Amino acid sequence: MKKERGGETETGRLGDTVMMNVLKLALTVVMLAATAAAQQPGNPTNQQGVTPPRGTYVIRNARIVTVSGADIENGSIVIRDGKIEAVGTSVNVPAGAQSIDGHGLSVYPGMIDAGTSMGLVEVPQGASGTVDTSEVGEFNPNSRAIIAVNPHSAHIGVARVEGITNVVSAPTGGLISGQATLINLLGTSPKEMAVVPNAALVINYPRLGGGGGGGFGGFQPQVNLADALTAGERQLEQIRKMLRDGEAYGRARDAYAKDSSLPRPDINVVLEALVPYVRGQQPVIFRADREAEIRGAIKFAEEMKLKPIILGGDDAWKVASLLKEKNVPVILTGIFGLPGREDDPYDVLYESAAKLQQAGVRFCISSGDPGAEARNLPMYAGMASAYGLSKADALKAVTLYPAQIMNVADRLGSIEVGKMANLVVTDGDLLEIRTHIHYLFIDGRKVQLTSRHTELNDAFKDRK
Amino acid sequence: MRRFISRLLLISFISTLPLSITRAQTPAANPSETLIRNATVLTITHGVLANTDVLIRNGKIAGVGKGLKASADARVIDGTNKYVMPGIIDCHSHSMLDTINEGTLAVTSMVRTRDVLNPTDVDLYRQLAGGVTTVNLLHGSANPIGGLNTVVKIKYGRPVDEFIFPGAMPGIKFALGENVKRSSNPNLPGVTRRYPNTRMGVEETIREAFTKARDYKRGWDEYRAAVANGGKNLIPPRRDLQLEPLVEVLEGKRYVHAHCYIASEILMLIGLADEFGFKIKTFQHVLEGYKVAKEIAAHGAGASTFADSWAYKIEAYDAIPYNTAIMTRAGIVVSVNSDSDERARRLNIEAAKAMHWGDLTEEQALKLITINPAIQLGIQDKVGSIEVGKDADLAIWNGHPFSVYSRVDTTFIDGDIFFDRQQDLSRRADLAKERATLEQADPNKPPAQGQTPGVNRRRPRTHSDDEEVWEGERP
Repeated sequence: MKKERGGETETGRLGDTVMMNVLKLALTVVMLAATAAAQQPGNPTNQQGVTPPRGTYVIRNARIVTVSGADIENGSIVIRDGKIEAVGTSVNVPAGAQSIDGHGLSVYPGMIDAGTSMGLVEVPQGASGTVDTSEVGEFNPNSRAIIAVNPHSAHIGVARVEGITNVVSAPTGGLISGQATLINLLGTSPKEMAVVPNAALVINYPRLGGGGGGGFGGFQPQVNLADALTAGERQLEQIRKMLRDGEAYGRARDAYAKDSSLPRPDINVVLEALVPYVRGQQPVIFRADREAEIRGAIKFAEEMKLKPIILGGDDAWKVASLLKEKNVPVILTGIFGLPGREDDPYDVLYESAAKLQQAGVRFCISSGDPGAEARNLPMYAGMASAYGLSKADALKAVTLYPAQIMNVADRLGSIEVGKMANLVVTDGDLLEIRTHIHYLFIDGRKVQLTSRHTELNDAFKDRK
Repeated sequence: MRRFISRLLLISFISTLPLSITRAQTPAANPSETLIRNATVLTITHGVLANTDVLIRNGKIAGVGKGLKASADARVIDGTNKYVMPGIIDCHSHSMLDTINEGTLAVTSMVRTRDVLNPTDVDLYRQLAGGVTTVNLLHGSANPIGGLNTVVKIKYGRPVDEFIFPGAMPGIKFALGENVKRSSNPNLPGVTRRYPNTRMGVEETIREAFTKARDYKRGWDEYRAAVANGGKNLIPPRRDLQLEPLVEVLEGKRYVHAHCYIASEILMLIGLADEFGFKIKTFQHVLEGYKVAKEIAAHGAGASTFADSWAYKIEAYDAIPYNTAIMTRAGIVVSVNSDSDERARRLNIEAAKAMHWGDLTEEQALKLITINPAIQLGIQDKVGSIEVGKDADLAIWNGHPFSVYSRVDTTFIDGDIFFDRQQDLSRRADLAKERATLEQADPNKPPAQGQTPGVNRRRPRTHSDDEEVWEGERP
């Protein structure tokens, strides 16, 4: 059960000198605020799926886990205009700020899951009408997750109330799947949710040996070695050709813009989408789990001068020195996966994060789940910590590190002045399953701790 | 690439090695006595005991208390800052089954999981490393009435006969809903679907089977009565292996473990069981159990559910993580299961979720993976709690098992160690060396060209009701 604490409308404590100074001024504001209370965020009149307005808040006397710096005991945070306005043991509180008593509570930055397809699929099996992850064909760089992400997916509320405030949602099909989006888990429209609408190009690095996993049954058919090797190379060559076309297209386009006497290139929406990625302005996410695929992706990205991110990374620890040398970050999704080989140590994936950390590789931890199970993200990080990752790094692995890898650390991932007010207020360690969340802010908006699951619980829990 | 190919070959080679070489986990000498000193003991039935010793003798728990004495040659383990809890019991598993679904008929009560056990399944070892000691191996969910279960202790490294849990209640798998309807199999022209195709047909299938079983039982009852009355030259009814287990269900000698999802099908089976006068021992998955908790409680059934899995198919879309707590408060004996080789390794966390969603107490949540599943399998007098006289099936954790930061140090079954982290770590260098040697061996060198040998994949990556494909749908 989520617990809402009362007292949000108090304007401050008498002992607070800062508040004393503004109290007189504030009195009139309080009068206005009272009339506006019915529309204020956090009020039960909020409707599911309708974005609440931004508000001005102060969380007082809480333990503030900034992630980027030291923890602040008995600290306060001011939230205004969607941003963190002040953090510290003594802060200036704006007039009319709603005060939240943080005594005994901890404030964390919201968690970020960088490896989902949230909002693109509701029910994967038996309801294909709800599946929008995978476009027809192998090459769809112009297929954009932000277009199809469903703001009213039940998965969003379910993940959000566990303290996950942001996800990267990525398409999954073909060789070039499309473009992933980085969103706030709040908003009535994709536009309202978008933090980086087109955050990365997603490429499924060809699986050597083809076929891939999946299929059950007793016997894996014979593989022709030569075929297996060349099939992967062929697919890679197709990707290479498409990226080069994108590069050439960008050059032709720019040249024409400078000199209209040149032949005017036809607009090509597919190649157009590739331009920022082939120029290294935006990152390219390579799905790759096995060692050979990760090495291949790094080599390919270097050849094509891309800005690569490895997604998956089961074997990344085996490639750690190369990842470090090339400064290629990894979004680890496999921590709860079964070891890939029968003779792997039982904890090979539990401890892969610790190994990457020790090797100095940039990484973050993701559920890798399409959406429904993304709420288990803190448990992935916790398991990595049970097997060697420090608690501090486990927390960073689901907050600051994904923000850095996705180039949004100026806005997300830690509690610092000027960052987006995506905050979670808990009664304990954010990664511990027994912890409860008491307040949630996204984009400076106070979000009700309700979801499809709390609603069904409320409807049935007292049935006699 | 060479690595990949050699790996392919290596795996096929290793799988043919005798067990003693690949993975002999049991230490050479397991002493008859073990004393765990000064640990926090989660007894389950008698609270949490701080700074307490647990004495194991001849495979049983011989003492729980302070300052216990052991014999001179006993193995002594310092439990300071550690937690001891009963071995976790997973009430829904398909581990170590070489095949899961006999899917060709709607009623397959004549087939037994006991006949397809593979004791070398490495996922068993991975589950020991998660503190699991007993699992309920169920037939799959392709049929309204499926095959017979097997309850085993994970005595990894021992002969298969030693796995069998002595005295566990025999059970049978039932299943309702999408899997039984074969919902994921498309309707193709020219391909005859197996009956049933609807939840109506599922009810009718089970009804017909029990109608036959009741008649069959009557035939035997009359025959035995006649024999008892001194009848001569009587001809016994012809034995029917399909109906025999159902007669045992009618007589309360075999537990029904019924896979189900939605409220209506749960109520259907309760109504049918009441009508025929038998009990459902557990509803499995039972993700909408929270909607009909009072009916489940009134029938006296248990529930074995997922902590928080949902939305993976339509019949799981109304699943909520409060299910466990709501059913517990309704008076139902509830367990949290895995139905997955992966999830089985972290059932401690799955149980802790009931404290997060639904605010169960720590004791209630611990019971979800210990004494409650023991009750559901009829083994509660032997395992599921730490009490003198019970089997010494325990795990030592390096922190509270409900913390995400904790892991298992040592797992005991019947007083013997079947997993020990330090031992596991110390063997890794040798295994790596052995592997390197094998990779250089001639039979493992990849051919310069041509075909790789076919690789025998013994079993799917994960076992679960919903992921298993069953072969041979008859046209």
